[in-house]
Amino acid sequence: MSADHEPAGGERERPIRCLVAKVGLDGHDRGAHVISRAFRDAGFEVIYSGLHRAPEDIVQAAVQEDVDVVGLSILSGAHNTLIPKVIEGLAEYDALSDTLVVVGGIVPDDDAKQLKEAGVAEVFGPGTPMEETIQFIRENVADRK
Amino acid sequence: MTEGATPDLVVDLLGGDMRALARTITRIENRSGDYRDLVSALYPHTGSASVVGITGSPGAGKSTLVDELVSHYRENDETVGVIAVDPSSPYTGGAVLGDRIRMGSAVGDHGVFVRSMSARGHLGGLSTATVDAVKAFDAFGMDRVVIETVGAGQNEVDVVRTADTVVVLVQPGSGDDVQMLKAGILEIGDVFVVNKADLDGAERTAADLEEMLELRGSEERTRVGHHGAVEVDSVADDGETEDESDAWSPPVLQTVATTGDGIAGLATTLDGHRAHLERTGERESRARTRAAAEVRTLLRQDTADLVETELRRRGGIDEVAARVAERETDPYTVADELLGPLRDYLAEVND
Repeated sequence: MSADHEPAGGERERPIRCLVAKVGLDGHDRGAHVISRAFRDAGFEVIYSGLHRAPEDIVQAAVQEDVDVVGLSILSGAHNTLIPKVIEGLAEYDALSDTLVVVGGIVPDDDAKQLKEAGVAEVFGPGTPMEETIQFIRENVADRK
Repeated sequence: MTEGATPDLVVDLLGGDMRALARTITRIENRSGDYRDLVSALYPHTGSASVVGITGSPGAGKSTLVDELVSHYRENDETVGVIAVDPSSPYTGGAVLGDRIRMGSAVGDHGVFVRSMSARGHLGGLSTATVDAVKAFDAFGMDRVVIETVGAGQNEVDVVRTADTVVVLVQPGSGDDVQMLKAGILEIGDVFVVNKADLDGAERTAADLEEMLELRGSEERTRVGHHGAVEVDSVADDGETEDESDAWSPPVLQTVATTGDGIAGLATTLDGHRAHLERTGERESRARTRAAAEVRTLLRQDTADLVETELRRRGGIDEVAARVAERETDPYTVADELLGPLRDYLAEVND
């Protein structure tokens, strides 16, 4: 319902707030940086977590910052252990229902399916055009008003 | 959103619910819906938090320093709310808010609440939003609130001005920065900190600052007729003058935020400043000045909104402007036409 609007977030009263987070011991943050900039240029407010965050840290940041979107970047292969913890944490705070959780990184199809069942909205693999991710978020972000 | 939601959110916030606090700040920041009712309901519960504003040029180490300060307060079991303001792009409105990266001490600790805000570019709205967010933290029961912002423009200066104590952070070797400080930030600082004091040139920068502050001090003293500057951080070379002098001379401290050196001293100085404000009654007078500014800002905004609505009802600014440009009417007549009824009404009800 809120597709196709102005870069600055359209008729929403505020820009989309997004936490871009690196979970676990994965030190590759180039992707997270690139996506943060792309989100910024799309008019999002991006809160970047920095490297090596534990799932609890991410949950805490997401709750305190009251973000619309949590974007988890993970390239270490530990997604099956770490991401469900983030999801559970958000659910504990009753924040899962209106927080869009997306994952970017190298995730095998079977795992992606599982993650989606657990509550991840979408998994974006290598080579996904930036615009596609941004469009997906714009279309699926919860309407909180 | 239902009407009944407002008290619930406030009740939850006052009950210590973190998410309610987060949500409240969101509403405040967006100036959306019932945020006015929220702030009104919170207001009676405010006034106890100690508010520190920290500003300085990009890369001076503000976030790292805030992180250390937060750790220090947490060691004393004090709860801390942090508002980190970052600039937003004037073109897309987007922003990358990176202050959280350096705030590792907050992680996993429920006594700390860090909130990032972008400057978003709504006119003067940032300081209003920040003041209200501070109220939310205050009502939530935070002992300390720290506002961190880049000291770049008037907007940011307005933001830190909402704090009880303003800390200005500079880095060594930034001779030009120090020069720049003259332009406005020098006047608002209550405490100056040369961070990265382990780098070359720290002493020099501190000395430059002190010199400039002395100039500022002597100007103020000639105005108020005062004497006797007090150095808080170093051994006072001209004896103990503190008791007689109730004017605050901004000290210049040195810290290394990455190692925590000097942070305890900074915290002590901040408390000293607060004590000074209370002793001299300045805390109260500052609070009144702030309240006055807040009320004025709000009135201006509300009046502007009212006028804007009225303008739209009359065909919008473009149409009015066209008539003025065509010499069909003039700006004063238009303003009178618009505001005349309001003036008449007010005169009537006040009779």
